[in-house]
Amino acid sequence: MSEHQNNDELRGSSNMQSEMGPDGHPVVSLAEVEDAELAKNESQSRSQGQLIRRRFLNHKPAIISSVVLVFITVMAFSSIGFAGIPGWWDKDYSKAGELINGGAPTLSLLPTWLGGSGLAFGESPFGQDNTGKDYFALVMRGTQKSIIIAVIVGMVATFIGAIIGAVAGYFRGWVDEVLMRITDLFIVIPLLVLAAVLAQMVGNKSGSIFALAFVLGLLTWTGLARLVRGEILSLREREYVAAAQAMGSKTSRVIFKHLLPNTVGVIVVNATFAIAGAILLETSLSYLGFGVQPPETSLGLLISQYQNAFTNRPWLFWWPGMIIVAIALSVNFLGDGLRDAFDPRQTRKAKRRKTKELS
Amino acid sequence: MLKFIIKRLGASLGILLAASFLLYVLVINSGDPLQDLRESTADNREHLMAQRVEYMNLDQPWYARYWDWLTGVGKCFGGACDLGTNIQGQNVNDLLAVAASSTLRLVILATVLAAIFGIAIGVLTAVRQYSGLDYGVTFLTFLFFSLPVFWAAVMLKEYMAIGYNDWIKEPDISMVQIIVIALLFGFLMQVFLAGDLKRRIITFAVSAAFVGVAIPYLLWLNFFRYPQLGLVGIIILSLAVALSGTAMTVGVRNKAVLYPALITVGLGIIAYYATFSLLESPSTWLLIIGGALSMIIPGAIGYFMGGRVRKIAMWVSAFTGLVAAGLTTVDHIFRAWPEFLALKPRPIGTIGSQTPNFDGGFWEIFLDRGAQLLLPTLLLAIISLASYSRYTRTSMLEVGQQDYIRTARSKGLSERTVVFRHAFRNALIPIATIAAFDFAGLIGGAVITETVFGWKGMGEMFKTGLEHIDPAPVMAFFLVTGTAAVLFNMLADIFYALLDPRIRV
Repeated sequence: MSEHQNNDELRGSSNMQSEMGPDGHPVVSLAEVEDAELAKNESQSRSQGQLIRRRFLNHKPAIISSVVLVFITVMAFSSIGFAGIPGWWDKDYSKAGELINGGAPTLSLLPTWLGGSGLAFGESPFGQDNTGKDYFALVMRGTQKSIIIAVIVGMVATFIGAIIGAVAGYFRGWVDEVLMRITDLFIVIPLLVLAAVLAQMVGNKSGSIFALAFVLGLLTWTGLARLVRGEILSLREREYVAAAQAMGSKTSRVIFKHLLPNTVGVIVVNATFAIAGAILLETSLSYLGFGVQPPETSLGLLISQYQNAFTNRPWLFWWPGMIIVAIALSVNFLGDGLRDAFDPRQTRKAKRRKTKELS
Repeated sequence: MLKFIIKRLGASLGILLAASFLLYVLVINSGDPLQDLRESTADNREHLMAQRVEYMNLDQPWYARYWDWLTGVGKCFGGACDLGTNIQGQNVNDLLAVAASSTLRLVILATVLAAIFGIAIGVLTAVRQYSGLDYGVTFLTFLFFSLPVFWAAVMLKEYMAIGYNDWIKEPDISMVQIIVIALLFGFLMQVFLAGDLKRRIITFAVSAAFVGVAIPYLLWLNFFRYPQLGLVGIIILSLAVALSGTAMTVGVRNKAVLYPALITVGLGIIAYYATFSLLESPSTWLLIIGGALSMIIPGAIGYFMGGRVRKIAMWVSAFTGLVAAGLTTVDHIFRAWPEFLALKPRPIGTIGSQTPNFDGGFWEIFLDRGAQLLLPTLLLAIISLASYSRYTRTSMLEVGQQDYIRTARSKGLSERTVVFRHAFRNALIPIATIAAFDFAGLIGGAVITETVFGWKGMGEMFKTGLEHIDPAPVMAFFLVTGTAAVLFNMLADIFYALLDPRIRV
C-alpha cells in the first residue's frame, strides 16, 4: 500500500506533469504553463497576514481551544463580577450558608432519557465547601485571579524577553556576552526555587497578586530572550537592515521598526506558552504556600486548601483542577496552532510523507 | 577539546558563584527569621533568640554571612564540606546526605524511564506522522504538559494506590471487566502495530483473545497474590528478546548474530540454577556484579562469534544477557511477594520513602522501597516523558527531511535501516541537550512531588528552609541542583561535539 503512495510522490507535483494548457491546447513552453497556472490562481493571492489567519483558522484544535478559553474567561469574569461591577451569579464566595445535601454539586448534564435529572444548573452547581460557601463562586474567583496572574506574567515576560533578546542579538559583542550570562544565571537556579523565594518576599511585603505576577514575569523571560536573540542575529545581516542603517535610522528605530516586527511569530507563540507555564507555576507556588496568600485566592490555593477533603467531598478537589487543566491545555493548543500558522515550514499535511510501516 | 572544556568549566563556575550570591541575598531578605520568636510568649524567649542568632550568625552583616557560607563550601575541594547549620542548629551536611539519597533515587529512575519510553514513543509517532496514533499521543503529551503535578499526584494516590491496595486483598476481576480490558488491549495493540485493515483486525482479535484467556488463567492461579514466572517463562521471554533483537538489527537469517544470542539464552538457563540459592538473600553489590557479568560474558561471546557484524552481535547478546538476568531477578522478586504482602498488607505506599519499622529480608525491603517509589516516579516520569516524546518526534521529522535520508531510501535500504541507522542516530543529538536540562529541572520539580508524597527529601529540605528564612538548607539544595544543571549542561555540550562531527570546538 505504501509503495504505491511513494510512487505517486516520485511523480512530482501535479502542475508539472501535464503537457496541456488549462484550455486543452498543447502548449509550447513550460513558462507558458506556469503563466497560465498563475493567471488561474491570481484571484486567490493573499497577503502574509491573510495566509497566517487562514492557516490558523484551519487548525481545528486551536479553534476549539480558543472557544473553550473565551468561554472560561467570560464565565469567570461575568458570573461573580469584577472590580466592583456585579455579576449574574447571586451567591457570594465569602458568605457561609446552609449545607444542602452535604454540599454535593447540583450541576447535572445527563439528560433525563439517560437516567439523569436533565440539564440543570441547580442551587450550587459546583457544590459547597464544608462551611456551606458556594463553591462555584469560589472557583470562579480563583479562576479570575489565576487568569489575571497568567496574563500579566505572559506580558511582562514577553516584553523583557523580547527587549533583552533583541538588544543582545543586535549589538553582539560584550553586550551580548553580558546579557546571555545573565540569562544563564536565571536558568541555573531552578525556576520554582527562584520563584518561591521571590514570591515569599513579595508575599511578606505586599501580598497583592499583581506584585506576585510581576515578579514571576521577571523570572520567566529567559527562553524567549534566547529565541529572539537567535532570530535577530540572522535578521540583522539582511539588506534592509543595512539600508536602514545607511539612511541614518536611530538604533532604537532599527530594532523596534525593522527587526522586532519580523520576529513576531516567535514572540506570539512563546507568549502563549509563557501564559500556559505561568498558570502552572502560579498554581504550584500557591500549592506549596509561597504564592497567593489567603484572603486572596487562586485555583492552586483552592486545591491546596481542600486537598484533605478529597475522600468526603471530591468535588472540592475536582473543579479547580479541571479548570487549570482546561486553561493550560487550551492555551497550549492555541500556541501550537499559532506556531503552525506562523511557521510555514511546519504547515500540516502539506509536506505529508507516508513512510512504510516499521516491519 | 581540553581548552573548550576548561573554558566552559570556568564560565560555569562563575555563573554558579553569581547565582549562589543572588539566591543567598534573596533568601535572607525574604522575611524575618526571628518572627515566630518575637511573637512567642515563652519565658526563655530571649535565650531562644540568642541561640538562633548564634546558629545562623544573625549578628553579622549579610556579606559576612555569605562569605562564611562560601568558605564553608570552598572546603568541598579539600574533601570536607561545611554547609553550615540550620535554624535548629543541626548540621546541614548530614541533612543533605540523607535527603539527597532519596531524591536522587527518585529523579534518576524517573529520568531513565522517561527518556527510554519518551524516545521510543517519539520515534513511533514520527514514523507514523498524522496517523491516529500520532494524534492520540500528541493530545496525551499536551495533556501531561498541562497537568498540575500536585493535582495529578492526589488523583494517583486516590485511584491507583488506594484502589489497588483495596483490590489486592481479594484480587478478583469480574467478567465484564475482563471483556472491557481485553477489548481495550486489543484496540491499543492494533493502534501500535498498525498495518492494513485485515492485519489490524487480526491483531485486535488475537490480542483481545489472549487477554481474555490470560486474565482468568492468572486469577485461577491466584497470580496477583502468588505470582510466579518459573524457568519456562524465563526461557520463552529471553528467547523472544534474542530473536526480536536479531530481527531488529540484521534479521534472523544472519547466523553470526543469532547464534551468540541463542547461546546467551542457554547460559541464562544455567545461571538461573547456579545462582538460585545465592539470590535467595543477595546483597546490592552481588546484584550489580551479576548484572555486569550478564552483559560482559555474552558480549565476549558475541565478539568472538560475530565475524563481520561483531559489534551488532556484541550488543544483541549483551542485551539478551541483561534481560535474562533481569528476568531471573524478577523470578526471585515474585517468590518474595507473598511474604511481602504478609508483612505489608497494603503494598503501594503514599507517604514517605520507606515504611517505618519495616523489617524483612533483602527482597522484602527491596519491594517496600519499590512500592514507596512507584507513585512519585510514575508521576515525574509521565510528565517529563511528554517533553521527551515531543522533542524526539520533532527531531526525527526534521532529520527525515534531510537529503541523506532520501539518498538512503533511494538506494534501496530497508525502512528499518533508514529509520534506525540513519535517522534515529542523528535525531538523538539534540536530545542529549534536553536530557541534561530535564534532569536538572526534575530535581527542582521534585519539590512538589516530595511535598505531596511526604518524602523527607531535598525538596522538603528546601521548602521548610525557605519557610523559616533559613539560608543554609536552601543553599544546600541549590548547590546540588545548580551543580547538576551546570554539570549536565557541560556534558551535553561535550557529547554534542563528540556526536556531531560538524561541530568544531
